[in-house]
Amino acid sequence: MESRERILAQLKIHQRTNNVLPPLVVPPAQPLNLVDKLVTILTGIGGQVAKVTSWSQIKSELLGMLGPDERAINLIPELEFLQPTPLGKEPHLLENVRLAVLKGHFAVAETGAVWVTSDLMGDRALPFICERLALVVEEKDVVPSMYEAYERIGSASYEFGTFIAGPSKTADIEQSLVLGAHGPKSMTMFLLKTN
Amino acid sequence: MKVALFIPCYVDQFYPTVAIASLELLEKFGVEVYYPEQQTCCGQPMANSGFEHLAGSCNNLFIENFSGYDYVVCPSGSCALHIKDHLHSKTNEPEAKAIRSQVMELTEFLTDILNVDDIQASFHHKVGIHQSCHGQRGLKLSQMTELVAPQFSKPERLLKMVKGIELIQLERKDECCGFGGTFCVAEEAVSVKMGKDRVDDHIHAGAEYITAADMSCLMHLEGILRRRKSNTKVIHIAEILNGATA
Amino acid sequence: MSELNATVSTSNKDHAERAEVFNKDEARVNWHDQTLWFIRSKRDKAAHTLAEWELLREAASQIKLNVLDNLFLYLQEFERNAMTNGIKIHWAADANEHNEIVHGIIKGAGVSHIVKSKSMLTEECHLNEYLHTRGIDVVDTDLGERIVQLAGEAPSHIVLPCIHWKKEEIGELFSKHMGTPKGNSDPQFLTGAARANLRQHFMSSRLAITGVNFAVAETGEIVVCTNEGNADLGVQLADVHIACMGIEKIIPKRKHLGIFLRLLTRSATGQPITTYSSHFRKARSGQEMHIVLVDNGRSERLGSDDFRNALKCIRCGACMNTCPVYRRSGGHSYHYAIAGPIGSILAPGLDMKKYADLPFASTLCGSCTNVCPVKIDIHDQLYKWRQVIVQDGYVAGGKKTGIGIMDFVFSKPGVYRFAGKVGRWMMNHFPFVVNNKMNPWYKQREMPVAPKQSFHDWYKERQRK
Repeated sequence: MESRERILAQLKIHQRTNNVLPPLVVPPAQPLNLVDKLVTILTGIGGQVAKVTSWSQIKSELLGMLGPDERAINLIPELEFLQPTPLGKEPHLLENVRLAVLKGHFAVAETGAVWVTSDLMGDRALPFICERLALVVEEKDVVPSMYEAYERIGSASYEFGTFIAGPSKTADIEQSLVLGAHGPKSMTMFLLKTN
Repeated sequence: MKVALFIPCYVDQFYPTVAIASLELLEKFGVEVYYPEQQTCCGQPMANSGFEHLAGSCNNLFIENFSGYDYVVCPSGSCALHIKDHLHSKTNEPEAKAIRSQVMELTEFLTDILNVDDIQASFHHKVGIHQSCHGQRGLKLSQMTELVAPQFSKPERLLKMVKGIELIQLERKDECCGFGGTFCVAEEAVSVKMGKDRVDDHIHAGAEYITAADMSCLMHLEGILRRRKSNTKVIHIAEILNGATA
Repeated sequence: MSELNATVSTSNKDHAERAEVFNKDEARVNWHDQTLWFIRSKRDKAAHTLAEWELLREAASQIKLNVLDNLFLYLQEFERNAMTNGIKIHWAADANEHNEIVHGIIKGAGVSHIVKSKSMLTEECHLNEYLHTRGIDVVDTDLGERIVQLAGEAPSHIVLPCIHWKKEEIGELFSKHMGTPKGNSDPQFLTGAARANLRQHFMSSRLAITGVNFAVAETGEIVVCTNEGNADLGVQLADVHIACMGIEKIIPKRKHLGIFLRLLTRSATGQPITTYSSHFRKARSGQEMHIVLVDNGRSERLGSDDFRNALKCIRCGACMNTCPVYRRSGGHSYHYAIAGPIGSILAPGLDMKKYADLPFASTLCGSCTNVCPVKIDIHDQLYKWRQVIVQDGYVAGGKKTGIGIMDFVFSKPGVYRFAGKVGRWMMNHFPFVVNNKMNPWYKQREMPVAPKQSFHDWYKERQRK
């Protein structure tokens, strides 16, 4: 407790009157088609994008992605792809998951990122430990930039949330880009457009 | 308009042609130029070495020399910037303040005050422009590549008025040459490496001449060029604008 | 290469001496310089995709200024909100206390093998060594950090820890430590080998340490940004998560992330965003989450008008990528956890004697200040540190004498003109007086030609005519 008091005392001495918080920077309106921009950015950072118009289309794509005896986990009730298995409390048991299919709340065109919160993850380790990640986002849920992203998130009380922009990667070895550092080696976004 | 000519110490001693060109150029545009004869140095080498607090007498001498003019014009971005940012006096602060607002680098003065739009000079050579850092980032003589902002360059605009000049494109438009004052000897290895890289950039782009608004940068680059017996030469912008045939 | 670093890092050499050693291998300097310049160019490209880039910088700067002025309030707000979410908050006055606290939590958890993702704060506190001497095995999981860890080195860049390593050297290192085939230097293959190896560490570690990119006062959540996913993997497989942060990492509101996340990665590497931007608000069920708030000189620095703005730093590394001196001297030349321009204005505040050389390792070109996403006046602070260092007596006596002579000469016009005349005459008649090995200028450059007349002489002559 002592350090806390000492630090706060020092900070109090150096406190200054400053109530100025600038307004947020609203990005200028983009004439570009948001979905096109999202696709360009995401594929540019190593993600895959499939534009689909039905859940059954997603299902057949996923079936094509899965090899024999490969473990997959689907957490989306609407998607009739494998019985959604309730996950236990042990994240280590997910190590052999080859493919995980999750829903995302929305995607951000300027960064190619998808906002996913823990309530959509089953287990928080799943989107990081699986070998391949598939995220389903509806086309109507694409926002232009991180500014709109945080407008949309607002004051939501998620316990854990993350923006996922493509597969995990590193360029630590002589700036050579390698996909699949510690997290998923590939990330596929299914952009669902339903009329 | 009374204009005082402020000549950097090393230009006075080692590159008098730059000072002569600056004087003649200003006179060509009808400016009444005064040269305060007791001037020495702006004090930058001392201040940049951390000895700002010992530059008092140097500052006072500067104020003595340069008080009472409308503008103080200097063919060096770094010296002009130093005066603009750091000229103070314990005994004569109002004068110091006045001079700080009056000091201008040469191309800045030609562009903003004289509104020069025609130069009677020709220079039929390939020329690379070295953007000296203090002039560029300090005095805003030209737009730096770091910022997302409209491009402009006062020195380049003036040079483009010179007949026959061919301005070359560089890989790194505004990287520092490595002179940096006492840095040039205190960190000799890095300083020279930076200079060599600048020189190589200009040479690869075909420069016959490297020009700049700061003779200190050019002195450093010239030292490297002459050591490797290169055909490429340096020339201060004042000399090109003043009609040097080189 | 690593032998070279080992010799240099344990010596008392200053930046200039280390940089001289670094420059002995010119081809390597070119490679290092060009690699980092390329990253600077990527940053430029990314910044130019946003017309509002300069507005973002200004907003970020103002937000951070507001934070620094109100840190007393924001930290308490953060603590309150984090604690409401079940997170345990610790306060560390200095590096040693930080290490003690972290060690205490590790001991309490009964573990001796842990994983750690990137945290410059833990580098600043020398946490790894502290834990190592107490029998705790810390595995750095960021690939770049793992590489320098295996090599027994400190990172040379805050974002690109092993930017100074060539792939052949990494191949050799992996062959030695992970049994990869000798001679294989393919980045894809080596990364795959590291993935497999580190997976085992993730799976067997019950405690994970992470850094903190942003701590949101309004919600008590912390944000951790990685490309590799190593921070997330480590935390989600652990029973205990310790997040270490400097107290200045606070931002007031969650929506401010919409500004900072748009600036951070573009400034650092030219990417629009890192692969993962993870917001930790509550620990996973059954997990303990701790945040260690570290002062270590920060609250003191807040008291300085001249130097407090360095605390706005969001650790992007853009200043290093743009610095022409950093690119040609390497991070280890700065002999401090954080190198380059920002390191040079932070370090002297912690130990002026040890780091007196750093503010002089610069030409004051100003490029750093203008790439800084939060507009820290870096080059102005470098200049100001020089004044402080000299006035506090941390500059060599010889330099002081030299400057004293300079001041004498420059404040007496007659003396100045005489000295100039004599100097030029000497250079013309006895060139070897300056053209020799004792003159550092002359090592690789010709001296300027000394004219017979100074401008002053010419002017006087013209007046007579």
